[in-house]
Amino acid sequence: MNETRHRVTLTVNGVLREATVPGRRLLSDCLRHDLGLTGTHVGCEHGVCGACTVLLDGEPVRSCLTFAVMVDGHEITTVEGLARDGELSPVQRAFAECHALQCGFCTPGFLCTVTAFLRDNPAPAEEEALEAVAGNLCRCTGYQNILKAVHRAAELQAELQAEPRAERQTELRVEEDR
Amino acid sequence: MTTRLFGEPVQRREDARLITGQGRYLDDLGAGALAAAFVRSPHAHARILDIDVSAALDVEGLVAIYTWEDLPGALAEPLPLLIPHPALTHGRTAYPLAREIVRHVGEPVVMVVARDRYLAEDACALIRVDYEILKPVVGIEEAVRGVHLVHEDVPGNVGAHLVQEVPGPGGAAARDAIAAAPHTLEFRLDIERSASMPLEGRGVYARWDADDGSLRVYSSTQTSTSVRMAIAAKLGLPLPKVEVVAPDVGGGFGVKIVHPWPEEVLVPWAARLLNREVKWAEDRREHFISSSHERGQVQHVRVGFDDDGRVLGLEVEILHDHGAYTPYGIIVPIITSTQLLGPYKVGAYRVEFSSIYTNTVQVTPYRGAGRPQGVFCMERTMDRIAAHLGRDRTEVRAANFIQPHEFPYDQGMTFQDGRPLIYDSGDYPEALRLLKELIGWDSFPEAKARAAAEGRRIGIGVGCYVEGTGVGPYEGGHVQITSDGRVHVSTGLTSQGQGHETAFAQIAATELGVPIEKVSVVTGDTRRFGYAVGTFASRAAVMSGNAIALACRKVREKALRIAAEALEADPRDLEITDGTVHVAGVPSASIPLGTVAVLSNPLRYAFDEETRRATQFAGAASDDRPPVAEGEEPGLEGRDYYSPVRSTFAAGMHAAIVETDPDTAEIRILRYAVVHDCGRLINPMIVEGQIHGGVAQGVGGALYEKMVYDEHGQLLNASFMDFLMPYATEVPHIETAHLETPSPLNPLGIKGAGEAGVIPVSAVIASAVEDAEGITIARMPISPSDLHHLRLTPQGAPGSDQ
Repeated sequence: MNETRHRVTLTVNGVLREATVPGRRLLSDCLRHDLGLTGTHVGCEHGVCGACTVLLDGEPVRSCLTFAVMVDGHEITTVEGLARDGELSPVQRAFAECHALQCGFCTPGFLCTVTAFLRDNPAPAEEEALEAVAGNLCRCTGYQNILKAVHRAAELQAELQAEPRAERQTELRVEEDR
Repeated sequence: MTTRLFGEPVQRREDARLITGQGRYLDDLGAGALAAAFVRSPHAHARILDIDVSAALDVEGLVAIYTWEDLPGALAEPLPLLIPHPALTHGRTAYPLAREIVRHVGEPVVMVVARDRYLAEDACALIRVDYEILKPVVGIEEAVRGVHLVHEDVPGNVGAHLVQEVPGPGGAAARDAIAAAPHTLEFRLDIERSASMPLEGRGVYARWDADDGSLRVYSSTQTSTSVRMAIAAKLGLPLPKVEVVAPDVGGGFGVKIVHPWPEEVLVPWAARLLNREVKWAEDRREHFISSSHERGQVQHVRVGFDDDGRVLGLEVEILHDHGAYTPYGIIVPIITSTQLLGPYKVGAYRVEFSSIYTNTVQVTPYRGAGRPQGVFCMERTMDRIAAHLGRDRTEVRAANFIQPHEFPYDQGMTFQDGRPLIYDSGDYPEALRLLKELIGWDSFPEAKARAAAEGRRIGIGVGCYVEGTGVGPYEGGHVQITSDGRVHVSTGLTSQGQGHETAFAQIAATELGVPIEKVSVVTGDTRRFGYAVGTFASRAAVMSGNAIALACRKVREKALRIAAEALEADPRDLEITDGTVHVAGVPSASIPLGTVAVLSNPLRYAFDEETRRATQFAGAASDDRPPVAEGEEPGLEGRDYYSPVRSTFAAGMHAAIVETDPDTAEIRILRYAVVHDCGRLINPMIVEGQIHGGVAQGVGGALYEKMVYDEHGQLLNASFMDFLMPYATEVPHIETAHLETPSPLNPLGIKGAGEAGVIPVSAVIASAVEDAEGITIARMPISPSDLHHLRLTPQGAPGSDQ
């Protein structure tokens, strides 16, 4: 019993990546286990919780409901690709600033969802922000600080667009000694 | 002082890795490890007649298949009964793989190991297990009839039976006090099952080092130290040859305190046997049917009270659905029956519970751990008394409060830790005053009337609780300052998102007088700290927080002693600011902590410029004393433990305003207010986050979440599609106010905060829906269709006997 394998070529976070996978390989498993990008998490395996959300050609999709072979030739952005040149994105900064995560397991899905949302709607009303995150489950935060973070991210994004890049200073520091 | 960080809303240090995808959760580890998958019972109660694996043997990438018959020695025995109790006369635990009988849908029967999870599941699908189906026992009432048995040798399906009785002021028994009371009420209450449901399921990854004869296991657990001991015992390995690490854990909420799970011993065993890395990551369906649930209880209440609503006697009989096994003992019903008392003096109290086996998933603590049920019971009772007397609900509560001058207050019972139930501190009247102000309690009748004039139904509800937090026996902390001036803190208990790396760093930075950037914290890694109990019962901040503070104080004292010698000063004149020891008021007479660390460790060999100062020819030491003085140890480090005499009691009160739709019976929470007292706050931002998350889980338990079993013992809603956890659209904005009554029991004056938010929510929502509808609410959760049916059912008004 040997499975047929398929070669897929993806642009993941701006980098061309190749993988050889069976037809049934989920995009989430391909990203996590074939390409080593474990930042995308799987919470329910049937598209309900949204933890596995990644951006497919810029649009949020459930990577646990997508076969890797279906996205051959497409662009994927995962949580690992949200920071640019070691600089946190406005959405990432806002999540940390507003304490919008606790265990952090669902967070990558929220970050990808909100990133696409604020690109399309840079100054959302409260109801719009609520709708935007209402497809993702979080068991820790009660969502209040996530909603706060969406609005804070919109502010940071607006500030960012108003000032030249060279003046910006944000930190990307991962704790050592772990 | 720049380093005073205790009490500040310091941003979390965990976040940098978690928002960039650099977290390391269980299934992020072990690329290339073999994958385990399980054949689980499709039946709630059955005898295994035959297991035929032959069809699976051809699966590409298959490595091994194991059944109970393959398990050696202690592994073939039932899993441990973690918390024995004399009242648990018929405690029963499962085998790692089912032996002869399966007792719930989802019980593991066969373990398969293959090259990857897809292939392992292919093999599972080809394994044929023949069962003789036995009569399943589902539902508490069916179980107590005892016609069919979950365990053949447990008559009546009763695993445990416990009575606690506290006489009233005059020595009266509860029954007599109730009989003699001016008013009595008697009624029944029901709470259904929910579950912790962390977004990351359980998981185990094991690496056997054949050269070293050692085993390293990663587990998504709330107690790595105890998992380690269990694995060593089950596999017959010397304890020092086993290390267990809890990596980043994607939520726990209680379910991950249970251990060792079958998978937690089977995966390491297979890794050793196969001499290959093996990993198992639970999928969502497995989590629903193979881990744990909680809450399900039936309560029968009798209460006697006077004209002011003061309770004179209370009698509660609880039937607790324990599922198929009791690995965690009877902690949940013990907590229900003791914490039921809340902030009140109830005169005479008698509580009796029976812990009942059913052919369903086992019941072990889920955030709140029995308290939501107890609080539901007591708060429903308070509301009924108020309705019966036509009094304001908060007035009746206030009439029963323990007063601030009465602490420490002895409730006369034995708590879950085997210690007396003595409340250490609190101010309940003030908490209620704050809450009424926050929600606008006194002006609500006008708002209600205005809404009614518009054809809208709104109602207000209230709920109070007391939570025993920080149970023993102990936790420890280790603090080491190295020659680079960095501070390394470790504690044995684990983290599941509570922000311990931040909160414990705040404590250490404050105690030592160092910048927080210099402090790093490691939790849940037995390589760093081997003695611990675990993270549950809102205990981590209280237990490890105080242990780390005590360890820091030891290190600080040693640092001052060494620095005093170097600076030729009196240690009492020294203080530490920004990581430098200096003479108070004389900043120039100073020495960095890194240098103190160098001096604390007499060296023969220098490894850098700094350490040359501690070598034997550097001339620092006196010739007539040993380099390490008697009673001293080399190194600037310290270890200490915190072991409290008993729990510290946090408290809180919640209020909600709900609106019910007259046509659709939909229930919407318009406002939600929380007054919370967990003593001194280490980090108010984190505490607030814990409350938000707790309330959200409470809202789930009150309005949406339940485990729906059919009569065959099949869990009908074992997916996120059908088990309705709240999304952002279901959780109201939560308004909070804090009260701080420090605990006199621990050096930092703190109480636990982790579970608080969830505890009173079902009681509060029931109270508010009842107020909106004028219909007695006796069962939670309540869905629109439940409310619709209640509207159609003729019944007495709230406060009447039922």
